[in-house]
Amino acid sequence: MSVDLTTNYLGLRLKNPLVASAGPVTEHPELLHELDAVGIAAVVLPSLWEEQIEHYDWQLAQLEEYGANSFPEALNYFPPLVDRRGSPDDYLSRVMLAKQIVKVPVIASLNGRTRGGWVRYARMIQEAGADALELNVYFLATDPNQTSAEVEQQYLDLVAAVRAEVTIPLAVKIGPFFSSLPNFAKRLMEAGADGLVFFNRFLQPDIDLNTLAVAAHATLSDSRELRLPLRWIAILRSVLRCSLAATSGVHTPADVIKLILAGADAVQVMSVLMQRGVGHVRELLEGISRWMAERDYESLEQMKGSLCQANCPDPAAFERANYMKALVNYAGIQV
Amino acid sequence: MMSRSFATLDGNEAAALVAHQLNEVIAIYPITPASPMGEFADAWSQAGRRNIFGDVPQVIEMQSEAGAAGVCHGSLQGGALTTTFTASQGLLLMIPNMYKIAGELTATVFHIACRAVATHALSIFGDHSDAMACRQTGWAMLFGSSVQEAHDFAAIAQAATLQSRVPFLHCLDGFRTSHEVNKIELLSADDLRSFIDPALIRAHRERGLNPDRPVLRGTAQNPDVFFQAREACNPYYEAVPGIVREVMQKFAALTGRRYRLFEYYGAPDAERVIVLMGSGLGAVQEAVDFLTAKGERVGVLAVKLFRPFDVSTFLEALPRTVRRIAVLDRCKEPGALGEPLFLDVMAALAEHWPGEIPRVIGGRYGLSSKEFTPSMVAAIYRELAKEQPKKRFTVGIIDDVSGLSLDWDPDEIPEPADVCRAVFYGLGSDGTVGANKNSVKIIGENTPLFAQGYFVYDSKKSGAMTVSHLRFGPRPIRSTYLIRRASFVACHQFHFLDRLDVLELAEPGATFLLNSPYPASEVWDRLPVEIQQTIIDKRLKFYVVDGYRVAAEAGLEGRFNTIMQTCFFALSGVLPREEAVRQIKEAIKKTYGKRGQAVLEKNFAAVDRALEALQEVSVPGNATSKRRRVPIISGPAPDFVEKVTAVMMAGKGDLLPVSALPVDGTFPTGTARFEKRSIATEIPIWDADLCIQCGLCAFICPHAAIRTKAYPAEALNNGKPDSFVSRPWRGSEFPGHHMTVQVLPDDCTGCRLCVEICPARSKEVVKHKAINMEPKDPHLARERANAEFFLKLPELDRRAVKLETVKGTQLLEPLFEASGACAGCGETPYLKLMTQLFGDRMLVTNATGCSSIYGGNLPTTPWSPNAEGRGPAWSNSLFEDNAEFGLGLRMALDHLEERARQFVKRYATLLGDSLTSALLAPMGSSEAAVRERRQQVAELKRRLRDVPEAEAQTLVAIADHLVRRSVWIVGGDGWAYDIGFGGLDHVLSTGRDVNIVVLDTEVYSNTGGQASKATPRAAVAKFAAGGKAIGKKDLGMIAMAYGNVYVAQVALGANPLQTVKAFQEAESYHGPSLLICYSHCIAHGIDMSKAVDHQKDAVATGYWPLFRYDPRHAHSGERPFRLDSGKPTKKFRDYAMKEARFGMLAGANPAQADRLLELAQADIEARWRYYEQLAGLERQAPGTLEVVA
Repeated sequence: MSVDLTTNYLGLRLKNPLVASAGPVTEHPELLHELDAVGIAAVVLPSLWEEQIEHYDWQLAQLEEYGANSFPEALNYFPPLVDRRGSPDDYLSRVMLAKQIVKVPVIASLNGRTRGGWVRYARMIQEAGADALELNVYFLATDPNQTSAEVEQQYLDLVAAVRAEVTIPLAVKIGPFFSSLPNFAKRLMEAGADGLVFFNRFLQPDIDLNTLAVAAHATLSDSRELRLPLRWIAILRSVLRCSLAATSGVHTPADVIKLILAGADAVQVMSVLMQRGVGHVRELLEGISRWMAERDYESLEQMKGSLCQANCPDPAAFERANYMKALVNYAGIQV
Repeated sequence: MMSRSFATLDGNEAAALVAHQLNEVIAIYPITPASPMGEFADAWSQAGRRNIFGDVPQVIEMQSEAGAAGVCHGSLQGGALTTTFTASQGLLLMIPNMYKIAGELTATVFHIACRAVATHALSIFGDHSDAMACRQTGWAMLFGSSVQEAHDFAAIAQAATLQSRVPFLHCLDGFRTSHEVNKIELLSADDLRSFIDPALIRAHRERGLNPDRPVLRGTAQNPDVFFQAREACNPYYEAVPGIVREVMQKFAALTGRRYRLFEYYGAPDAERVIVLMGSGLGAVQEAVDFLTAKGERVGVLAVKLFRPFDVSTFLEALPRTVRRIAVLDRCKEPGALGEPLFLDVMAALAEHWPGEIPRVIGGRYGLSSKEFTPSMVAAIYRELAKEQPKKRFTVGIIDDVSGLSLDWDPDEIPEPADVCRAVFYGLGSDGTVGANKNSVKIIGENTPLFAQGYFVYDSKKSGAMTVSHLRFGPRPIRSTYLIRRASFVACHQFHFLDRLDVLELAEPGATFLLNSPYPASEVWDRLPVEIQQTIIDKRLKFYVVDGYRVAAEAGLEGRFNTIMQTCFFALSGVLPREEAVRQIKEAIKKTYGKRGQAVLEKNFAAVDRALEALQEVSVPGNATSKRRRVPIISGPAPDFVEKVTAVMMAGKGDLLPVSALPVDGTFPTGTARFEKRSIATEIPIWDADLCIQCGLCAFICPHAAIRTKAYPAEALNNGKPDSFVSRPWRGSEFPGHHMTVQVLPDDCTGCRLCVEICPARSKEVVKHKAINMEPKDPHLARERANAEFFLKLPELDRRAVKLETVKGTQLLEPLFEASGACAGCGETPYLKLMTQLFGDRMLVTNATGCSSIYGGNLPTTPWSPNAEGRGPAWSNSLFEDNAEFGLGLRMALDHLEERARQFVKRYATLLGDSLTSALLAPMGSSEAAVRERRQQVAELKRRLRDVPEAEAQTLVAIADHLVRRSVWIVGGDGWAYDIGFGGLDHVLSTGRDVNIVVLDTEVYSNTGGQASKATPRAAVAKFAAGGKAIGKKDLGMIAMAYGNVYVAQVALGANPLQTVKAFQEAESYHGPSLLICYSHCIAHGIDMSKAVDHQKDAVATGYWPLFRYDPRHAHSGERPFRLDSGKPTKKFRDYAMKEARFGMLAGANPAQADRLLELAQADIEARWRYYEQLAGLERQAPGTLEVVA
């Protein structure tokens, strides 16, 4: 099995298409080490959340003043506070540490809240040595007066602002909920994105019937979720020239292969590693290679996009939006 | 001499800075006002800060000051440089060791923030009664007068003790020096290195115990040699003054700051001289300046080295011209000829003064931080000038009983005109003090000006008012008294205007800055007329800024302190405006820099917007407002409350004469109800249609500010306000009754606990409950009227109430109400429940701590009587002895009960058989039994009323003891687990009928969150800044080991009914009972409104298992230990990470946090397995008092 699995993602040469996506597995140094050992091609570190940093900062500032200077016997209630959790310094040191631990590219991830925060932290991340930056962007529009155009413009402004600030490759991870994803994706590219990551899995709150409370319910993905990125990668591969990566629902070698066939340059995995352990990377790689070898593929590049919308025998299949029967043509092209 | 660095800090930090650098072992225990010294030392060692020898001093917290002294003694004997910090009762606990340390000629310095010793009352404030109680121990005593001296004398004492081998007490005045922020010149590590002789340290070490050259120390001696041996130390004491003088000279050569054993200040030819020590010196010096400028021949002699008292130096320091001397002591020694310093001066003069001895009078001043001002000093000099001055006097009070006090004119000596004097009124929670400390730092450390800050707090833990007194001037500021005439007054809370004369201290022409929700154009009409008139009369320059709005715009919701600070700088002119803004931003960067860019930017924005929002108000010529200041007490109140309590509540307690106050510290209860503080902005409003009448809202309320009552429906016919809401009572026990859930809007602190615990929700809008927080103002008048009506509704017959239910208990009148505890306090609901169940027959002994402060700190008390005049009788003895104190009370009651029983037997014929046997039968613990016994006692009194025999009347006098009294011993974990544990253990061992309530917050809450042995593993607390490595002591199991002690662990927010049962079982058990009560606390770092969730999680994780051990079940075949909570369903981490006390460690040191949290989880699991096994075990406790029927 000597198929060539190398791929180009965001201008980075990856030894295979498997990228560990941002999550608990890329948080711990020992797991990073293991990932590297089992052959992962790149790692995306967990996001630096501007909101979280701000929240912690604010909480700590509040805590220092909590009950302070109001009672003569207790001018405060806590020893001097030291907190590095979520702080940019902490994150940057994690980037640097990851760079030391793994030999493969390290992609940092950033979730900003303010424009200033995006730009500031992006610059710091680049300085810390990240090979690329994945912007984890989402705004949940809840205001009926805010138009979709305004929301999209916010994304574009942000990507442009970060692009102006950093020189490392930039990926943008977005959600699927846009009226015209191809148009939006194109504009993201124009704004400076080197690649797009499909899709952000939004937290979907649940309701607890016992407590009548809204419950945050984080679930791991399964292979069924793959279909959404699969479709859009197949469509966009045909019309856009930028790196595309899939995330969500990649659990088996077959999942990876499908995405590559649709046109993904890289495939991000997380849930399956949490369920089955980091060693599963090896099985995925072996499965891919085996499948390719059995079918005499020589390289990943050869296979990449071979079933994108433009290249597939039935392009309309990617466009079908409802469960109507496939349209059957009764007449072919007359020559 | 090299240029020196200045710092602005308080006396505690100043002293601790030196102590930490010069010591190797530091044993500490928290006590006000010395706690910060220990906290600084601990924090510095935690941060790896080194002493001048290059080591990080070891800091250890002990279980008491006695323990700390023991550690010091041992460590000194081991040859380490060792110190401690303490005050007041803490110092008294060290005395036995101090005799030993001195007797063994051991070099050490203890740093004391001098504080009043508790007598008729506890006081946390400053005087010399603690230090003076040690003057006989053989320690040298060095008294500083200022923050600078607190710093310098710490070093001087250390050098002198090493040289002399006599241990030193380094005394700084509590609060006035320990808490005053002032600009001082710092000693560098190099200074200290060159100041301390290494050879002396070597000698100290060589005196330590060492098996390589063994010695015996601490022998027992007999009449043959003890006396001689005691005298053998004399040469060492004789040498001390010379050594201190020499050390002071060396210090002067090093720093340029000259000190003497006795420092004279004033006219060289003075005829009248005051002698004193401590911080009062500043006030006296100002008076001397003022009077000598007018040509008066006066002076002051400050004693720095009080022990050993060096007579010759003292005499040399006094001008030969002196004819009259007033010696001032900051303590009281009842029954003595005079106070200690006075007697020393008298003896010195009598023995050694050449020629005619000056006339000496002795005075007391400044007890418990009583103000001591230059004008009072002027009165003393005036008294000295009289032909026949009072031989003994007091100053600073009005003594209309003994006539000892001197009259003074408060305005006789004005404050220096070139000093900016600014007073700020704020709430404890609004950051006013923090910002002012910051301002003092800005001026003190960045400009050539001198700065001083002193902060006055009230005794409440919620809605507490703070008054900041700031001085800025061109010379060092030695005004050791509060500002009396302010050139700048700021009021940071608009509503203060309604209750307080905030302009009282404003001098004519002063600037007044008000945080006002109304713009300059509208504010005038919103002011009470009294404020308007004062502004006009004093021609004040009046400015407003809407701090809340500006803060909100800057993203600093509610935090307006930097805004007010900026406006202060802009208006006061202490610094040029632009310079001030720059400096404030620098200071913000320093304070918040580590807190991230966003916090910084918000504060910067606040500063910039503040100046734009600052508006001058054009003051009309007339006061036209219809609003008047609210009277302190509205409605009728008992005479004592009107005449005394109300004066204290108004902040005018200084004006009360001696005759107004009880001679023995005894005060009426039930006074908090008159203190309508009205501090909530939102209050709970009842939605009766949703209510399921569970009573949980009232159950959880820390302030008895929300209550439930059931009453006959016809009671509503009598003057019910239209707005009063009621619903039929759902229970079957009170047919024809209605019920109401009523908020007392002026007592509510707005903590939200009632809303959070309410289980009844609207079907249509889930967030809407049967009780909901709403803005207070629109509801205030209506709810006041409702509350007034509610309180007058009749109380139920207690016998009919279902006390086995939570809602039943909440129909009983709480006799603990409206305390000044923190909003959302986790302790007070237990106390309130206790009074609902047993308050009318209860005596409470209360260990010092939070509960003694919100329970017994004047002006008012929440402990209250019922309509019959019965209620908890309460007393606080000490921190350490509370269990013993309660046991003593029990013994007295038992004795009197038994005596009454004997007399009943004696008068059996007269009383009749049935009454006699009824009275002699054991009394049950039910409400019916109590009522019945009271009726029997009343009958006894009736039958014996006219019997002339003395013994019959003796019985009448003690017959009430036949109604069994319920003794409750209450305190926190600091008491029960640490300082009072020995006593608690002993009391448990006696088998006597006492009920012990441990309000377990798992830290020393009252002194600011220091770790106790109740602090759990992995929690961060002061003195456990790296996370507590050792698990919590299992007090319940220790008590259970006795077998005959009733023990329960409860969490009232997690399982209300279990708590109710435990309290009832504890009370009904006629042996010792111990209730360990989970008490959430602000020191946990939680959102207090969510405290019930925290309690539930504490139980659900198994962190706080609920159990009851009832010895009445400790018989063959029975299992007395009952585990009331289920198997843990959550992980400890899920609970811990919601509390800053645990979360802080995860942020600071994730690896350590992971390790400790894992261990904590293992603790929980191991304990659970153990408890589970216990719950299945039969156990017998032979001799247990009662067998359950």
